[in-house]
Order: sequence, then C-alpha cells, then structure tokens
Amino acid sequence: MADNLPSEFDVIVIGTGLPESIIAAACSRSGQRVLHVDSRSYYGGNWASFSFSGILSWLKEHQENRDIVNEDPAWHEQILENEEAIALSRKDKTIQHVEVFCYASRDLHEEVEEAGALQKNHASVISENPTEAVHSAYLPSEDESLCTASCEMLTEQTPSSDLETALEINNVKVTGETKKHDDKTCMKSASEEETSKNVPTTEGTALQPKKTRITYSQIIKEGRRFNIDLVSKLLYSRGLLIDLLIKSNVSRYAEFKNITRILAFREGRVEQVPCSRADVFNSKQLTMVEKRMLMKFLTFCMEYEKHPEEYKAYEEITFSEYLKTQKLTPNLQYFVLHSIAMTSETASNTIDGLKATKNFLHCLGRYGNTPFLFPLYGQGELPQCFCRMCAVFGGIYCLRHSVQCLVVDKESRKCKAIIDQFGQRIISKHFLVEDSYFSENTCSHVQYRQISRSVLITDRSILKTDSDQQISILTVPGEEPGTFAVRVIELCSSTMTCMKGTYLVHLTCTSSKTAREDLEPVVQKLFTPYPETETENEEVEKPRLLWALYFNMRDSSDVSRNSYNDLPSNVYVCSGPDSGLGNDNAVKQAETLFQLICPNEDFCPPPPNPEDIITDGDSLQSEASEASVILEANSETPKGSASLGNPEEASQ
Amino acid sequence: MRQAGELDESVLELTSQILGANPDFATLWNCRREVLQRLEAQKSPEELAALVKTELGFLESCLRVNPKSYGTWHHRCWLLGRLPEPNWARELELCARFLEVDERNFHCWDYRRFVAAQAAVPPAEELAFTDSLITRNFSNYSSWHYRSCLLPQLHPQPDSGPQGRLPEDVLLKELELVQNAFFTDPNDQSAWFYHRWLLGRADPQDALRCLHVSRDEACLTVSFSRPVLVGPRTETLLLMVDESPLAVEWRTPDGRNWPGHVWLCDLPATSLNDQLPHHTFRVIWTAGNAQKECVLLKGHQEGWCRDSATDEQLFRCELSVEKSTVLQSELESCKELQELEPENKWCLLTIILLMRALDPLLYEKETLQYFQTLKAVDPMRAAYLDDLRSKFLLENSLLKMEYAEVRVLHLGHKDLTVLCHLEQLLLVTHLDLSHNRLRALPPALAALRCLEVLQANDNAIESLDGVTNLPRLQELSLCNNRLQQPMVLQPLASCPRLVLLNLQGNPLCQAVGTSEYLAELLPLVNSILV
Repeated sequence: MADNLPSEFDVIVIGTGLPESIIAAACSRSGQRVLHVDSRSYYGGNWASFSFSGILSWLKEHQENRDIVNEDPAWHEQILENEEAIALSRKDKTIQHVEVFCYASRDLHEEVEEAGALQKNHASVISENPTEAVHSAYLPSEDESLCTASCEMLTEQTPSSDLETALEINNVKVTGETKKHDDKTCMKSASEEETSKNVPTTEGTALQPKKTRITYSQIIKEGRRFNIDLVSKLLYSRGLLIDLLIKSNVSRYAEFKNITRILAFREGRVEQVPCSRADVFNSKQLTMVEKRMLMKFLTFCMEYEKHPEEYKAYEEITFSEYLKTQKLTPNLQYFVLHSIAMTSETASNTIDGLKATKNFLHCLGRYGNTPFLFPLYGQGELPQCFCRMCAVFGGIYCLRHSVQCLVVDKESRKCKAIIDQFGQRIISKHFLVEDSYFSENTCSHVQYRQISRSVLITDRSILKTDSDQQISILTVPGEEPGTFAVRVIELCSSTMTCMKGTYLVHLTCTSSKTAREDLEPVVQKLFTPYPETETENEEVEKPRLLWALYFNMRDSSDVSRNSYNDLPSNVYVCSGPDSGLGNDNAVKQAETLFQLICPNEDFCPPPPNPEDIITDGDSLQSEASEASVILEANSETPKGSASLGNPEEASQ
Repeated sequence: MRQAGELDESVLELTSQILGANPDFATLWNCRREVLQRLEAQKSPEELAALVKTELGFLESCLRVNPKSYGTWHHRCWLLGRLPEPNWARELELCARFLEVDERNFHCWDYRRFVAAQAAVPPAEELAFTDSLITRNFSNYSSWHYRSCLLPQLHPQPDSGPQGRLPEDVLLKELELVQNAFFTDPNDQSAWFYHRWLLGRADPQDALRCLHVSRDEACLTVSFSRPVLVGPRTETLLLMVDESPLAVEWRTPDGRNWPGHVWLCDLPATSLNDQLPHHTFRVIWTAGNAQKECVLLKGHQEGWCRDSATDEQLFRCELSVEKSTVLQSELESCKELQELEPENKWCLLTIILLMRALDPLLYEKETLQYFQTLKAVDPMRAAYLDDLRSKFLLENSLLKMEYAEVRVLHLGHKDLTVLCHLEQLLLVTHLDLSHNRLRALPPALAALRCLEVLQANDNAIESLDGVTNLPRLQELSLCNNRLQQPMVLQPLASCPRLVLLNLQGNPLCQAVGTSEYLAELLPLVNSILV
C-alpha cells in the first residue's frame, strides 16, 4: 500500500492525537494536501480509547518494555551530501509505571474471548491462547485475590488494516459503533452460554436486590462494550472544542451526553454538589438559608466584573481565603472551591477563582444542568472525527506507518522530506510532529511533567440514586501540601464506554510520584475490592472494584519549542494531552500552529453543503430544482448543529 | 365561498395553506370547523377517520409554527371533543412534548388540563407531572397553579370543613417545597403566589354578619359577609317577624340597589307595636343557606345581633391556617430570609401578611415598620401599600372597639388613605376620622345607620357621596378639607336629623353665595359654620 503513496504533500502530520488531527483537518479543509501517519495501529495516540481487549494489548506493549533494536540503517544511504537527518524515535516512552489488578473472580479452565473480536480482525491476529503457565498464574492462591492481567493477552486490536481512504475511516467509526455482534462465534462451551445469560442485560439490573456477580470472563466477553480512554477529559459546553465542533460541523460525526451531576467528597462521604438553580432548589442537604447564600454568591460570580467593590479588597489573597470572607457556610465554601471553581486552597487567588466559577456557571445550562459534555464511545472518538473531516477533504491516512527520519536541507535549514518505514522519501512543505515521536537526541533538554492515571471498572456508582445511569465528576482535594487534587470521572454504561452493570471510573492528577502511589489512597477511600464470595450483607456502602489499572503519562503540554534541539522552522511540535479537564489547550495549540502553516486562512470553516457543490453533471438541472436544493440546504444547516444542540435527544 | 356554502375539501386545502404559515387567523379556523361539520355528515367512518388524522397532524404542524396560538389549541379542543374515540394518551404525550420545549406555555397547560379532565387522569399522576416540571424549573406559574387545583382533589376535606383547604401534613410538605423555591430565588413571583395560596383561607360561606332593628326609623338592616344582590320581590332574602313571614321591599342604604354588603327594609307599624313584650325578627338568606335572628324588647328603641369580629377572625387578611404553629414557623423562616435579602418586597409583604394572620394587634407596631421598609424598596406600589396599611389599621381599631364594647370608633391621626370594612360599622354611633389623608367619604359610608356624630376634619375630602340617608346623623364636622363647590353638599339633604355642620377651612367657604345656597339646601340644619 505504501508504494502507492504520492511522493509529495503540502503538510505531513505525524501522530493522530487531538491537536494533530485538528490541524490535519484544518489544513485539508484549506486545500492543503495532507498526509497523516501514525506508527500505531490505532487512532489517537495517547488520546485513544480501547475496548477491553484493546487495552490489554496496549498494556502488554507498555509492560514488556521490549527495546526495538531493529534500527534499519538503510535510510542513511538516502541522505544526500547537502542534507542531514533528524531520526525519529521508534519507541513510545510516554507511558510508565503500568500496573494492573484484577479483583473479579476468574472462571477457571475457561477460555474466553472478546465477542466479536474475530470478525473485526481483517488480519485475524488471534494471538496465542493463554498458555497453561499463564493460567496457573491465575489460580487464586489463598492470600491474594489480585493478579496481574498482563498475561491475559488475547487479541491485538487491529480495527482495520488498510486505512488510506475516508471510507476506511468510516469503517473505524462503524467499528466503534457496531455493538451488536453474534456471541456464538466465540462460544466455546455450553457452560459459557450459561454465564452469558447471567450477564446483566437491563438497565435496571443494578436496582435488583440480588445482583448477578460479574466475573472476569464476562468482562472479557463483553469487552467490546468498553471504550477505555487513556486521557480522561470532558468538554466544557462553551469551551473552544465545542465551538470548533459546531463551527466546522465535525459535530455531526459524534454524539454527546451531558454530565448528569457534580459530586464532592467531604468528611468521608460522597455528596452531590448543587450548582444550578434547579439543583439548589431540589437539594435536600442544604438548609434554606444555605440555598439563599449559595444562589446569592453564584449570581454575583456570574457578573463579578460589574461589582469590583465586592472583591477589590481581596485580590491579593487566595480564593479560599476570599470565600471565608463571604457569607458562606464551610459546606458551601468547599463546594465552590473544589467542585465549582475546581481549584485548591492554595492554587488560585481571588480573581482566578472568580473567573473559574464564572466559566463554570457560564457553561451551565447550555445543554443541561451541568457545564460538561462527554462524547459517546469515549474521548478517543474526537481525534477520529477530525481525521474523518480531513479525509473527506482529501487527506490521506496511514496507520502503522512509521517515519524513520526527517530530511533537512543543510543550506536552507528547512525540512524537505521524510523517509518512511519502507524507505520512501516523501516531500512536503510543512511537518507536524507529535512530541513522543522525537528521539532522545532531539529532546535531551526537555523537562516533562507527568500525569497519574487510573482506570477502574466497578460494580456500582459512588453515589446511588434512583437512576443508575449517571455520569459524574468528583474532585478529591490533595490531602497534604504538595499533593494534587484528584479528578474522578465516573461513566455509566449508557455512555457506551462500559458493559451494563458496571461503571468505568477514571482518576487523573498531576503526578508527584507513580500513578499508583498518587491515586491508590483515593481509590481506597472510594472503593473496596470485589469480594471473593458474596457476603450476606448486601448493603456494602462502597462500590466494589472489579479491575484496576494505573499508569503515568508524560505531559508535554507546557514544553516550549525552544527546548527541542535543532528543529527546522517548518517542523512544528504538537504536545500530548495535558492534565486539565477541558480540551482548550489542544484547540489553542492547533489553531496557533495552523496559523503558522496557513496564515490568513479561516480555521475550520463550516464545510459547504454537499447539495451546494455543483459538478458538471448538475448544471443540466433546471433552475426550479436548484431552488429547492437551496431550501434543503438551509434546513440542513441547523440540523447538523442540532445534534449537538440537544445531545440528550440525539442519543436516544 | 363560505357564503356560497361551498364547504368541501378544497376549503380545507386553501385554509391550511394560510394557517400553516400563520395559525392565528380565527375566521379560517371557524371556516374549517364548518367544513368538518359538513363533512361529518357526508363521509363514511373510514374517510372521516382519515380526515381527522390529517387534521390532527395539520394542527401539530401549526403548533410548531406557533406553540402559543389560541386558535390552534382551541381547534384541537373542539376536534377532540367531537371524536367518538379520542386518543387521550397521545394528546397527553403531545402536551408533555410541548412543555418539554417551553415549560411555561400556558396554552399547552390549559389544553393539558382539558385532556386530563376528559381522560380522567388520576390527579396523583398529574401532580407527579407538575413535580417533574417544577423540579426542572420552578419558575412556572402554570405548574404551581395546577398543583393548587390538584391537591384539594387529592385530599378532599370532610364535608363539614372548609372546602379547598389541605390537611396539615400535605400543607407542610408544600410549604417546604415552595420555601425551597423562594429561598433559591426570592425574586421569582410564581413561588410567592403559590405560598399565598397555601396559607390562604377557603372561600368563606355566605353569612349574615349583623342584623339591626330600629323602632324610630321603622327599619331593619342586615349586613352580609360579601356583597350580594337582593332582587325585588324575590324569595332570596326572607323576613320572619314573630315567626310569620312578612313581605318587604329590600334596598341598599344609598338607594342604588347594586350588589352590596348592606340591605335594609321598612317595617310596618304593626311589627313594631309595643303591646307584646318583644318582637323576634329572623332574616333568612336562602341563596346562601344562612340566617340570623334578633329581638326587639318592649320599651327599647333598637335591637341587634352581631357576629364578633374576633371570634370569626374576620380580619385575618385572607391568611388562615388552623394551626398557628405553621404560620409561626413560616414567619420565622421569612424573617430569616429577610435578613439575607433586606430589600425583597415579596418577603416583606409575606411577613406582614403572616403577622396579620397570627395576631393583628400584637404585631401592630412591627407591621407598621415593615410597611415603611416595603414602601421604601417598592415605591412603585406606594399607594397600594398605603391602602393596605389603612385597611389593617382600620381592622385593628375595629377589634379594639369590640374589646371595649363601645359604639365609638376613633380613627384619627392614622394616616388613612382609604376607608374599608364600613359594613362592619353598622352599629357605630360616633366616628372620628380626623387628621388622615382621606379624599372622599365613599358611598359605603351610608351603611352606618346608627351614626350620630361624624368628625372628618383635616383630611383632603372632596366628595361626600357616603353621607346620605343617615337617619340619625346630627353633627358633621368637615373642617379643613378640600370641598370646592357647595354642590358637593347635596347628599347631606337626605340626612333628616342633621343640626350641626362645620365647614370651616374649606375652599367653598370663599365662594360667593355659599351661605344662601346652604340655607336653602339644608333648611333644618340650625348651625352651619363656614
């Protein structure tokens, strides 16, 4: 396939994370010839989402830490006299300290596979079945109920092998959405069929007094129900990404759900934070007077700039000190500081806090009772949506396509081409490279921060309510000075990220130690390990852990371009995900870089309506029909944005 | 076409084109109704069903054009009312959808009430529906109002009790709900209105408040709890004298025979003769199932029977709850809110009303202070508040008079702007209204049949319509008012016993010929001071 690649482009983008994908889409939309490659077999880089088997392959890759030593010196021969090369790294060093724990009981002597994995694998890479040795590792010894899952390698995630056209991207999309599959293809035994019947199938299962126990094999079998994000983010409903999605009409490729509630963890208890007018009205935990005080303060924050006299005297102190001067009970101060402004005791001053509170309130109510949206099927959908737009406008896509080096012209100090894994030299004007692709030589002076991440599969929500389909965000403040607040996002099965009867919980914080060291205390506060046998006492307060994953991800978001060694001016660096909640950073970065590549071009303008594009054949049509086309076009435009306009409806 | 009687499908087609663009065209809807009525007779049931289906679909599309179109909703009502088997479930679903879009669309609420009534939806279900909408956005008059209709249906009171009130547990729950709303947003009026309803008293049953018989004037006067109209020669108001019916002509004191609180009749001499030890007078209000009886003893000039304002809690200003503890706790939470929101007019007003309901006299001073604050924060309604304050002060004075067991009422120096409850003053003989801001002595004053002395100095009185037909009025003092023309004194001529009239300090004193005019108008008044 690679042989067929054209040898010249305007822009070559290396890496399919969110900023790269946005730039690729924007460039392609502006008429640039775009080649978008990723050495991985999936889209999104560290922004990707995986099915359960997918995450297991991802784990294996990062746990094995095998060195790729197949340095192919062949490309050196292609470098001419007046050229030099910047070698790119072939190994991803952004993920560290991967640890995985399984608490769900395993059915012994049973070989299970992710249902549906087979058909989707063009390459049919059914990996080696777990060997006997591996199995023995799972035998539950008396003292430990947890064991690493790294050996539970089943299939490599290969969504599709041939991804050069928009059609293929389409396929990926469809793959992500095809949730119905024939279980029988993977059925191995009658006993297994039994278990599959026990799999919770209704939404109301969680409310049934006697729950079916969830086993590890069920998770494996229902693995395609999972879409596990590597980064855990939400979209501010008036954030830059939402604006961009609407403006560019990329929103039509995705569906969203409103986060249903904001939670706080206080005095060992999880409680709901009332933040909208309706929440305050409905809240049972606030006293009448608290309701008034909170509403009064929030109303003030909405337009705090208009009342400088209210805060001028407190500008120098921290936001938490400022809150103490207001007529707010400690209860309310906590809510505002940690759950609404989402800052900490020391992190921000009065103005920052007011600004954050205002932003939160500003986003509130656009799509629902909270300020956040979550993309169905996971955050990993978003880069793919932009890739799809890029492909629609002619961008060419190659996954599992690595680039060996950038070729730099010695005289002009400009990059002129890349040499790919097949030794093909591809010329281009601009080169966008995601940070992780640079070799150690290029990054020797770069200082990185780290993000601590944890992904949990649990059996119930951290705060039970009438509905078991809640999407929640919870901020747990750092306990000691110097530790960071942990952001917890709990997703229910209707977000299409986990199987029914389970919840997918993401924990994120800025690292001070390894992910497990940073996050385990919070996990222990909120959850309890899944018991080996069902206890008589059904009223366990905490949700129980079925599976847990910890890892650290490199945060290159605030690395300045100058820190990289010897980069030609037409090579641009995209950072990996940052630790923040929103996606503004990625959008800002994409827009800035796009303006460098295509100065004075509009950034992702709305695409023309297909109906409006008149090809030669269309010119034969009568004027009357043309009039009707325009009408349709008009009615089409709002429809596209309406799917984002009312995500609730769209998802039903 | 309509005149030509061409009422067929083509009319439907034509009107639908116009209504589809602008559904607010009542004539065309009428036209459609005529056509549909015509077609009803002509078509087979199958054809008719298809026609109805299209019409319902068309109506829905019109509602999408304008969800607040009176004509469209009305047409839908009409259509549904004519169907042999209307699909009410579908209609409820339609309402829910439109209220999803705009939860305050009162047209849709109206229609929903119609549908719910037709389909006999259990009130509990509808109440749950209002719950869900209030939860979403409590700023919803229609939803609160619907609750006030549904709750009494859900919790009917025993027959003897006042209708339209709620049992205490339900009431407390509702009060908590509505408190949540006004603490969350005290500037939202909808919740305060509902709060007022919750604390409000049921419509009182008709009652006869006072019955008075005067031997001198040979006259019987009766005052009602609400204005009524007693038609001539009707059987609505019966008089029994010594247990035998007596045919009389009823009239109002001012002679206009409009609906009023007070009605009176002349008695024949036989009913008042002094031969019997006493005469019994019983008045029966057949329309309201109420009656009252009084006795005129031998040798007495008059006899009466009157309800006590205190016992009947006449002046608890439309707020009344059996348990004053509820009111007390409401008052406390409102005061708490008032501390947080010192300038919230709804809160201030509610505090005043609650204090009235709890104990008008105990809270008199405090109430007046709240009035001051309220006037300062809501200057737009200063006049309304003045009138309300006058009403409360007058009520308090009435209560005090009743405690003192006298027939003298002092209302001087109270800054009154209006006179009300005059029908309660039937027995008052001396009334002092001096030093107020009154601009008139209103017609209702004519109800004071026993009034002998009236002092209204130092006001801004311009008219004296109420000083008419007062049979016992002897002294009238109107110094320092704004009586401009001698003509305004005309009503005084109908007061037969007036002997002393003081008009000093009025503009009319300066007019030429005033004395002559008065001498002619009021020949019996022997002392006129100008």
